[in-house]
Amino acid sequence: MYPISLMSAAGQQLADSMGVPDAAIGAVLGYGVVFFGLVLLMCVVIIMGKVMTGSRAKKAPEAEAASPAPAAGASPAAELPAAPGSAGEVKLYDVPDKDAAMIMAIVADKMGKPLNELRFKSIKEVK
Amino acid sequence: MDILRTLSNLVETSGFAGFFASGGWKNLIMIAVACVLLYLGIAKKFEPLLLVGIAFGALLTNIPGAGLYHMGMWDAYVHESPYDPANDYALYNTAQEHVYTQDEYLYYVAARGCGHTTEQIEAYFETQAETGSDIAADYEALFNSPDMDMEAALAIDSGLVTELSFTDIIHLGGLLDILYIGVKAGIYPCLIFMGVGAMTDFGPLIARPSSLLMGAAAQLGVFLAFFGAICLGFPGNVAASIGIIGGADGPTAIYLTTLLAPAFLGPIAIAAYSYMALIPMIQPPLMKLLTTEKERKVKMEQAREVSKTEKIIFPIVVAGFVILLVPSTAPLIGSLMFGNLLRETGVTERLSDTAQNGLMNIVTLFLGISVGATTVASRFLTVQTLMIIALGLIAFGFSTVGGLLMGKLMYVVTGGKINPLIGSAGVSAVPMAARVSQMEGQKANPGNFLLMHAMGPNVAGVIGSAIAAGFLLALFGG
Repeated sequence: MYPISLMSAAGQQLADSMGVPDAAIGAVLGYGVVFFGLVLLMCVVIIMGKVMTGSRAKKAPEAEAASPAPAAGASPAAELPAAPGSAGEVKLYDVPDKDAAMIMAIVADKMGKPLNELRFKSIKEVK
Repeated sequence: MDILRTLSNLVETSGFAGFFASGGWKNLIMIAVACVLLYLGIAKKFEPLLLVGIAFGALLTNIPGAGLYHMGMWDAYVHESPYDPANDYALYNTAQEHVYTQDEYLYYVAARGCGHTTEQIEAYFETQAETGSDIAADYEALFNSPDMDMEAALAIDSGLVTELSFTDIIHLGGLLDILYIGVKAGIYPCLIFMGVGAMTDFGPLIARPSSLLMGAAAQLGVFLAFFGAICLGFPGNVAASIGIIGGADGPTAIYLTTLLAPAFLGPIAIAAYSYMALIPMIQPPLMKLLTTEKERKVKMEQAREVSKTEKIIFPIVVAGFVILLVPSTAPLIGSLMFGNLLRETGVTERLSDTAQNGLMNIVTLFLGISVGATTVASRFLTVQTLMIIALGLIAFGFSTVGGLLMGKLMYVVTGGKINPLIGSAGVSAVPMAARVSQMEGQKANPGNFLLMHAMGPNVAGVIGSAIAAGFLLALFGG
């Protein structure tokens, strides 16, 4: 942790003597540093994402080859068992009935439309 | 037993008498201000978790005679000048901005022995600075004056604490002085950041890294307000602390101000938290002004799924990278990312839960009340406070504008796939700013769900404001 008395002699001198031109340079430089830092961080995150998705894509065919092929025409979602009590067209994946009812009610309320005018196809917990 | 004398002493030492003493009316005004802040926190729910604590701290510190917080002690600590515990006064010459010289010291002791108040002594130094009168001759005259109480003068002389440390503050200070050590040592803001990290899902940011650009653009207000404050005559360190209000990040603002301009902590913290609470009022007009109906209606596509491994690696990478880039951000970014790592590992659930709830609540309690304690009337009721509040609003406004303009640019670059409204969430203020983007997006198109998309720029803003603070700290503190 910093010793709090804070500003160094040089910092104090700069604070006291900072004029408008210096402040303008400082402001532009500071904004530039923030941009530079976050753009670099963006590049790092992009690279990290590419590496991770690349390794996942590599693992996927291996996993597929190891497991038996799914029935033709079956969607990935259809492989997951629907929760007990799924009604009509709404398929629930890892979502309890009560949560599903709340989600549908909130969506209807936010959209300002009655529930019977909306059609929910599936509700799935994003992990 | 002299009953009349006892009663008279009781009346004279009561807090009520303090309101009628020199400058006591200012305490009354500050108590009224504290009550207004309490009303805003309780009735209007303006950031109540912190504002209620700040307001109550302001109330307590301005009750004459309560002795919970000693401004003079912290002045002595900051300026490294001797402290007079009997009078809560730091021997720091504000007129000439230096610790008392030997002559000034002797004048202080002599004047106090003659019953002069600190206001009278400060007034003397101010006129002395202008007229150049002989201090040595003046204190000689005081020592020889019939009003001189040599015993009192010697008591003051021997009672002065020359080197004030946290240990002295614990011995001499009141309850709020002791709690304030956590602010002064920069502990509370960092612990709050740890809790924020444990509560934050960086998934939307990892899924759409371009959100970081909006988080960067939304720091515009920080640097414009910094520049504006310099133009208005504030010293650089104070201007930096004012500018950081535009980062819309309370702990960062408190952290930077404590290090660079502790005397301004009260007004800056109050401005930062008040404007954060007012985001739903400040941002929407700017959002409507800078975006078209067509832009606001844009529905954004679902971002890619982020794996658990990515979420675990992210805080490690960000902490290492950002701290290497701007080392002065280490306490803030380190705490933020540590908290996030606890959340994402899946093996430290108990620690994550403590950081998010128990620890966060305890630190919020201490932070609020001790920051409120710094709003001592004689420091708070100044024209500078009004200027800080005005500059804070400018900072918030321009930060919103910066984020929105970057959002518009990304709307154009991506061929209309990005809704520019999410840019305003780059001002941090998690998750309030993201909620405002969501609300405005739904007003334009009821089927629009921007919340998760806006969380990306929102958390990017937290990192951005920490880097901005790190830059300002490097500029004035290093």
